[in-house]
Amino acid sequence: MDMVRAHVLCCGGTGCTSSGCEAIIKEMETQLAANGLEKEIKVIKTGCFGLCALGPVMIVYPEGCFYSRVQAEDVKEIVEEHLLKGRIVKRLLYKETIEEDKIKSLNEVDFYKKQKRIALRNCGVIDPENIDEYIAFDGYKALGKCLTELSPTDVIEEIKKSGLRGRGGGGFPTGLKWQFAAASQNEKKYVCCNADEGDPGAFMDRSILEGDPHAVIEAMAIAGYAIGADQGYVYIRAEYPIAVKRLQIAIDQAKEYGLLGKGIFGTDFNFDLEIRLGAGAFVCGEETALMTSIEGKRGEPRPRPPFPAVKGLWEKPTILNNVETYANIPQIINNGADWFGSMGTEKSKGTKVFALGGKINNTGLVEIPMGTTLREIVEEIGGGIPNGKKFKAAQTGGPSGGCIPAHLMDTPIDYDSLIAIGSMMGSGGLIVMDEDNCMVDIAKFFLEFTVDESCGKCTPCRIGTRRLLELLTKITEGKGTMEDIDKMEELCYSIKESSLCGLGQTAPNPVLSTLRYFRDEYEAHVRDKVCPAGVCKALSKYMIDPEKCKGCSLCARQCPVGAISGEVRSPFVIAQDKCIKCGACMSGCKFGAIYKK
Amino acid sequence: MKSLAELQEIRNRTLNNIIMRKEDGQGVRVVVGMATCGIAAGARPVMSAFVEELAKRNLSNVTVTQMGCIGACRLEPIVEIIAPNEEKVTYVKMTPEKAARVVAEHIVNKQVVTEYTIGAAE
Ligand SMILES: Cc1cc2nc3c(=O)[nH]c(=O)nc-3n(C[C@H](O)[C@H](O)[C@H](O)COP(=O)(O)O)c2cc1C
Repeated sequence: MDMVRAHVLCCGGTGCTSSGCEAIIKEMETQLAANGLEKEIKVIKTGCFGLCALGPVMIVYPEGCFYSRVQAEDVKEIVEEHLLKGRIVKRLLYKETIEEDKIKSLNEVDFYKKQKRIALRNCGVIDPENIDEYIAFDGYKALGKCLTELSPTDVIEEIKKSGLRGRGGGGFPTGLKWQFAAASQNEKKYVCCNADEGDPGAFMDRSILEGDPHAVIEAMAIAGYAIGADQGYVYIRAEYPIAVKRLQIAIDQAKEYGLLGKGIFGTDFNFDLEIRLGAGAFVCGEETALMTSIEGKRGEPRPRPPFPAVKGLWEKPTILNNVETYANIPQIINNGADWFGSMGTEKSKGTKVFALGGKINNTGLVEIPMGTTLREIVEEIGGGIPNGKKFKAAQTGGPSGGCIPAHLMDTPIDYDSLIAIGSMMGSGGLIVMDEDNCMVDIAKFFLEFTVDESCGKCTPCRIGTRRLLELLTKITEGKGTMEDIDKMEELCYSIKESSLCGLGQTAPNPVLSTLRYFRDEYEAHVRDKVCPAGVCKALSKYMIDPEKCKGCSLCARQCPVGAISGEVRSPFVIAQDKCIKCGACMSGCKFGAIYKK
Repeated sequence: MKSLAELQEIRNRTLNNIIMRKEDGQGVRVVVGMATCGIAAGARPVMSAFVEELAKRNLSNVTVTQMGCIGACRLEPIVEIIAPNEEKVTYVKMTPEKAARVVAEHIVNKQVVTEYTIGAAE
């Protein structure tokens, strides 16, 4: 066996892949060979480290140096200076880790300091395509313990005691769900994993599957043992090719090691696992639609009850849990329910992974203890808002959730607090908005999404959401009336109450929560015919400041529709009836004389 | 996988490879001077010898890293051995042969090879 003296971990998640990590890994291998280092230094492609904004990223161990925004041209320097001579390439270090003349550990920088990585524990640490590395980090120990030391009831009790709730959005207690399925008598039962992840902006589940696929496999086998199932399915969207590939490799390796299959750990427990690809319809993340889709039918929901724990996949008792929910299970078995219960708030235990996006400096993936405030996430972990802009609101829960305004930034993030303020945890998308975002426009964006994604089976959702979108569009075009706002609110409640599944029942939330906190913005659109954020085109106006205009005529020449006229060397004017609000004049003006109102 | 022992075996076998990535990896560090002066004096084969020797003995929890010039260029190649809770030992004018002996006596048997240390050279 060769001894390896250094490990170069390159993030191979989807984010870094799109910023070019493949080329860097290849260059790294070429350069190592050129310096005769290929036996001493190992290059490992991992899952997501979380700091996607800084990608491609690379960590070199044993020093633990964190290089960010690495380009292929930089690799030669890293190899020749750092890996050969031991001189760290300072200019490429993540600047937060540099302190006087020493390097701070990654755990001490603001982005990671307040995080607690349980579900993401192995992401960016192990090679997801190597089962041995997962095992070296205590992988499959929990499954071994369950099968050889605990009864199925013990396992369920432990999960119940931990207080773990579903991370897919609803927050249903996981142990209880397992208990119901265990109590259903049937010779065939199923364990399913929801990796559909349809929320726009969310990528937590993808990252877990890309970075630590065995954690999900191990947890599903534990679930199978607990409820008495011998077959599992992971339902994952085909738009996640890297995750699908790594999960398949992991399943194959687990089968080869006999960690899936017959007689696992010499017991009489059998468990098999298969992948089912989804075509990326949002409704297929809903549990009954998901199971219908696995059965090979059109993915449409059906009424509940009967609940899946009684009649699920192929009418057999079934449990469905989210990827992140599963990723917590082995940790709970290994470290105990009390350990898990010591994190988080009274009714929301443990941690939650969020995909931070929008107007924030550190976009990426973060895992925080439940109860962390939105302010801590945005200002400390997220590094604040770019360009000195002001925080306006954060959107959680995607198209089913709502907005949290600035005055509620100190709300602890947990299931119940978020519901209380009209949003929801959702699966973990967290989109930050600044003063340049129009809240009516945001609501309209999410409604467009649900109108597109409504499966059409029930009328309130199919037609109701469309009517709601029409009202919103009318308002953003400056044609709305005050009655429209009231009508919209009423329609929201009817859709919520009468829709068949969660999609329709939650679709009005983005409208209701923006109405609740930003009603004045809706009213400005209706009464004053202005969009305060200057987003809604029909309501914004480009104007020329006659004080600043030098009459150079550049804007008039740039205007694609000939809406600007004037005499050279005296102020120009924009004909509002012709203007299409493209903004070409404003970006071209050298004197800053054009503004938007 | 028929037993927990089998799992444990894979774990132990792989642990050696990943120990440097663990937060609490409290191991012995072999630090080789790899500045220009070190390389010119032959530090590269010395480092390779350490890596090979450690691999041969399948020693876990030992890491090999490099450092820059510490100012005693005439004594290069210089190697420091840093073990937890022990004082750092600095070896000078190292060769691949000396490296093998340091691994055997110092790292394995915890006996400092006094004659190669900086104290003996001065
Ligand atoms: C329209 C709709 C979409 C959903 N999409 C997802 C999804 O992408 N991923 C997910 O885990 N749960 C999704 N859910 C929630 C699931 O129906 C289900 O509650 C969840 O997978 C259960 O797992 P958990 O208890 O571990 O959270 C969705 C629900 C609805 C109504």
